[in-house]
Amino acid sequence: MSNIAIKFENISKQYRLGTIGSGTLSHDLNRWWTMNIRGKEDPNLKIGQVNDRAVKSTDDYVWALRSIDFEVKQGEVLGIIGKNGAGKSTLLKILSRVTNPTTGRIMVTGRIASLLEVGTGFHPEMTGRENIYMNGSIMGMTKAEITRKLDEIIDFSGVEKYIDTPVKRYSSGMTVRLGFAIAAHLEPEILVVDEVLAVGDAEFQKKAIGKMQDVSRSDGRTVLFVSHNMGAIKELCKTAILLKNGQISTNGTANDVVREYLSNPVRITSQNDLLNDHIQRRGNGEVRFIEIAVNNDAIFIDPAEEIRIKFKAIVNTEVDQIYFSLLLKSPVHDDPIANTGRVCLFRNHVEAGTIINFEISIVPNTFRTGLFPMYLWLGKEAELAAENYPFDVVDSVYYLNLNSNKSQKELGYKSDQPGGYFNLNYKIENLISK
Amino acid sequence: MQTGNSTRYLVIEPRTSLFNLNLKEIWQYRDLLEMYIKRDIVTSYKQTVLGPIWFFIQPIFTTIVFMFVFGGLAGIPTDGIPQALFYLSGITLWNYFSESLTKTSDTFLSNQAIFGKVYFPRLIVPLSITITGLIKMLIQFAVFIIVYIYFMASGRPIAPNAFALLLPVLIIIMAALSLGFGIIISSMTTKYRDLRFLITFAIQLWMYATPVIYPLSVMEGNYKKYIWLIQANPLTAVLETFKYGFLGHGSFSWYALGYSLLFSVITLFIGMAIFNKVERSFMDVI
Repeated sequence: MSNIAIKFENISKQYRLGTIGSGTLSHDLNRWWTMNIRGKEDPNLKIGQVNDRAVKSTDDYVWALRSIDFEVKQGEVLGIIGKNGAGKSTLLKILSRVTNPTTGRIMVTGRIASLLEVGTGFHPEMTGRENIYMNGSIMGMTKAEITRKLDEIIDFSGVEKYIDTPVKRYSSGMTVRLGFAIAAHLEPEILVVDEVLAVGDAEFQKKAIGKMQDVSRSDGRTVLFVSHNMGAIKELCKTAILLKNGQISTNGTANDVVREYLSNPVRITSQNDLLNDHIQRRGNGEVRFIEIAVNNDAIFIDPAEEIRIKFKAIVNTEVDQIYFSLLLKSPVHDDPIANTGRVCLFRNHVEAGTIINFEISIVPNTFRTGLFPMYLWLGKEAELAAENYPFDVVDSVYYLNLNSNKSQKELGYKSDQPGGYFNLNYKIENLISK
Repeated sequence: MQTGNSTRYLVIEPRTSLFNLNLKEIWQYRDLLEMYIKRDIVTSYKQTVLGPIWFFIQPIFTTIVFMFVFGGLAGIPTDGIPQALFYLSGITLWNYFSESLTKTSDTFLSNQAIFGKVYFPRLIVPLSITITGLIKMLIQFAVFIIVYIYFMASGRPIAPNAFALLLPVLIIIMAALSLGFGIIISSMTTKYRDLRFLITFAIQLWMYATPVIYPLSVMEGNYKKYIWLIQANPLTAVLETFKYGFLGHGSFSWYALGYSLLFSVITLFIGMAIFNKVERSFMDVI
């Protein structure tokens, strides 16, 4: 056990599908009766079932993780990759003891801290200083430890002036900075960074990754890093595991695992569900996107390939013109970096019930690698008057995931190359309405 | 909980034995317990004008209303104890019990956001609620003492006797009972939310089955048939012992007190076992 930091043994996690509440009592009684009285196995667990979201399960139960076995050595920086729903977050949840595994066990040497719990337990009525103590103790620090590091934490957070003001008066940025300052001073033996969950807060994400690099390089601590950014995985991690449907599909050096991941583009069949339930959907709904597919739903695109995005929209109320716009935001901060401007699709009257199909193609090598949030818009040419609301806005629901198995150096990216706002070179093709 | 040379080993497993209560871990997190207690007390009256005076206003006004309604209108006798003292003692004790029970029974539901993100022994939260309530009760006890001294000075025949020394035992019984019931209900509400509605009015009804607004002797005189119900209530002995010790009236028996103590300890252990089991899986069912 001396140089192994974390050892996963046959870890599995099972979840129930559907609503929990009605009808559970009978399930509970059935399970209790079979397991405890008759001494048999749990009747609700089926063996060999695989968690694939795309296929509708016939069973009420699903395995989010199945027989996970691996070891992490002390000082190792391990990348965890896999598509959404592969079990990455469940694995981290079990490791941070928020939920229990259904079978198996994990042996851990040292204290675990996770960089996703920034600001957990902050009480709005308490001052910044009081909250440092509160949050620190929740994360497992003792009072003496916090007192020792208090000045450092306040200094790092940069909110010294407001430290005796209740946190409810803080801006959201200040709250995050204070929270991060505490997390950064935990000095855990094992650090867990889930970049996937940190998307959207660019400053925090950058800081978290920076901190992770410091920790792994200088202090020799163990780091588990979850990311969709293959470049970052390859640069930061020596080894990696690839999760697929709750199972480890590849385990090896980061280079090999990333290559494996990129060579098997997995389609996200249910991605258009995002259009149905996302709260960020805006607009008056006169015209709505109903299908969006980036390079036939490939999970990532090589920057050297042509990018083709197919759209399908429905006209719900007759309109006299339809314009389209695509804007891409930076993977690092949330600012726009490229945009098509307002593109005319129809200048004349379009009847209700019309289905519109069109494609947009972007020439290869326009972008570097990264996860670019897309802002998609349908509306009228001029939007000056109040009644000219856009028809539909889909903001940061779809991402353009550009990834390469070459490193930043091999791709010839230079850090001093200017990035920024530019007009997109695009073509609208195959415009059909019926 | 030290960083540096000492290394901690941790094993994460699906289920451990029901009575693996891990009290050692709670001790390791004692600083967090302290922070929770401090937070609850400091923040409860922030941005109020009267601040901590609210601790005193509530029992005083309830006592005045009780004196009017139960003592005046309903004419329920108080065993010869001055009405103000009788109701004040009942209210101070009962409030502690009912408040800790209500708040601990909501542990999982009201803390799911934080429990879903980070691990610490979950028992810290209900434990802190019980201790915070205890501190509030001791503050309110000061009101009782002041009224008590006033009546003593004005020549009423009241004096504490040796049984008043049982106060710590009474507090332990109430704390264990409210914590025990609270965590049982809190564990069960993660799956069956019905209990949430049940608990609010069950506590109200429970008060009437406890000698808070009437002495046990009145019940014995009028409703001999149902007296077993009142006696089965583990809180009856607590209130009667308190009044017997401080006010010299009421009934006291070692058996009744022993029954209450045993009842509360068993409840607490059952509660901790259920809580212990639920805290490991509740994120998946809540």
